[in-house]
Amino acid sequence: MPIAMPDLRPVMPEIIMTVLALSILMADLLIKRKETVAFLSIISVGVVAYALAGSMGTTFNGMFVSDGYSMFFKLIFILNVILTVLISVKYIVIERVNFGEYYSLILFSTLGMMIMASAGDLIVLYLGLELMALSTYILAGFIRYDIKSNEAAMKYFLLGAFASAFLLYGTSMIYGLTGTTDLKAISAYIVKNGLASNPILMLSMILFAVAFSFKIAAVPFHMWAPDAYEGAPTSITAFMSVGPKAAGFAVLGRVFMIAFGTVKIEWAGILIPIAILTMGVGNIVALSQTNIKRMLAYSSIAHAGYMLLGIIAGTGEGMSSVLNYMLIYAFMNIGAFAVVIMLRSEGFKGDSISDYEGLAKTHPMAAALMLVFMFSLTGIPPTAGFMGKFYVFMSAIHAGYTWLVIIAVIFSAISAYFYLRIVMYMYMKEPKEAVQLTTSPAIGLALAITVTAVLFIGILPSIFVNFARAAVAGF
Amino acid sequence: MVPLNWYLMLSTVVFMIGVFGFLTRRNIIIMFMSVELMLNAVNISLVSFSHYLQDMRGQILVFFIITVAAAEAAIGLAIIIALFRNKTTAHVDEMNEMKG
Repeated sequence: MPIAMPDLRPVMPEIIMTVLALSILMADLLIKRKETVAFLSIISVGVVAYALAGSMGTTFNGMFVSDGYSMFFKLIFILNVILTVLISVKYIVIERVNFGEYYSLILFSTLGMMIMASAGDLIVLYLGLELMALSTYILAGFIRYDIKSNEAAMKYFLLGAFASAFLLYGTSMIYGLTGTTDLKAISAYIVKNGLASNPILMLSMILFAVAFSFKIAAVPFHMWAPDAYEGAPTSITAFMSVGPKAAGFAVLGRVFMIAFGTVKIEWAGILIPIAILTMGVGNIVALSQTNIKRMLAYSSIAHAGYMLLGIIAGTGEGMSSVLNYMLIYAFMNIGAFAVVIMLRSEGFKGDSISDYEGLAKTHPMAAALMLVFMFSLTGIPPTAGFMGKFYVFMSAIHAGYTWLVIIAVIFSAISAYFYLRIVMYMYMKEPKEAVQLTTSPAIGLALAITVTAVLFIGILPSIFVNFARAAVAGF
Repeated sequence: MVPLNWYLMLSTVVFMIGVFGFLTRRNIIIMFMSVELMLNAVNISLVSFSHYLQDMRGQILVFFIITVAAAEAAIGLAIIIALFRNKTTAHVDEMNEMKG
């Protein structure tokens, strides 16, 4: 039987990424200066971004879909890699873990995310998810001699493996029920056989919701997030808080909107309590934190809750607002972590909130940047965070969930307390000890990109909003 | 021939043993074994569905799951060893460096 060669154009970015990630792993053996490896990995994702442009299409019998939706997410992942690498270069030297495989692991993890965003089949989804997760577990435990980092990796690993078992159980139920793992075929089967209130379908949707909630760190499946975020190297915390979360939303959107699109009422009933709990617990527990990485972990949990509103809305508008929010979130969150990383210097942890006391007097520039990111995370105009929240809430109102938006706004108001507390510490307290900033051109570039993007999107959001709308148009 | 339901019941029981093991045991190795048990429960149900439906997809997914589980075991044990070197314990209740 002759086997036809599949059309490889849609997977070209992933193939290039695999080859380049492997070559960086090899090049690391020859290159002594690890900064060069960092530079090469940025070049690599640049090449992948270039290859993305011509990769529209579906291949491998619909198992791999490259459309506007996946492309938007892939751009977020690439941006995530560039910013993470820029903030890592100096930081991993200070942490004494300046090894080249750090960069190739970041690339492999991103490859997994890209496969997830393009998955048109549950098997591909699972493989992408595991590639992403396994690489991220290693990165979380990258500071081998530090017990906190070990512990973070261990907790992340155990709960991540537990969650993927749920994903597989859901997959097996859907497979038994519909006889297929293809997302479009599942949807067609549900419509054809009128399975809307089938208990097995309901159970498998719950299992999928549980598994994806683990990945996006939604309550009550968030237990790993604060510990993993606090213990992991700060650069990886920034990476984890954007990449796997965005990938989680990519598959959440695709599975629930395509495979279960016809039974929206059922899954909205599962996701609404999760969203309310996520916003509530994320914002309220963040109030009592003393460690800034832990506080940002709870903040990232809360942001997942806001983004879930866009998915619950279940409309094209809702999806595009989630894409837009994710992009904005990537900029503002990595920006905030970049400032946190600057405070880390030889012999000084700098991850306690009290370390920010009087920062405006000693380092006005860093304090001003942190101010912008904190305002943006709170959602105060004219920063991008406001625009992100605005579009997500608008889409939920248009879909008829006004009461849910009111809850979200109340929790969002609560969040102002812990974000603005940092601003208050920086500007209204006296410095207690001289904090030494660790700066480098790379981190400066990362901060310049993020702060420009946060202010630019905040003032002129329409470019990115239209881009996100166009991305979901063919969804 | 054994009916499909029996396999599904076996799969559910094994999965549940895995879930309860994960939630109640406090030794990392045992928790990890429980996760493996959950994965194998899924494999049982996938293979039985695959045979029942006369469709290969389920068995293909089983091969992928076995492969990924092997990689997961390698990484999981490496993390446990790294942790054990710094803190001579395999008990999760003693892992309390971070709180809040």
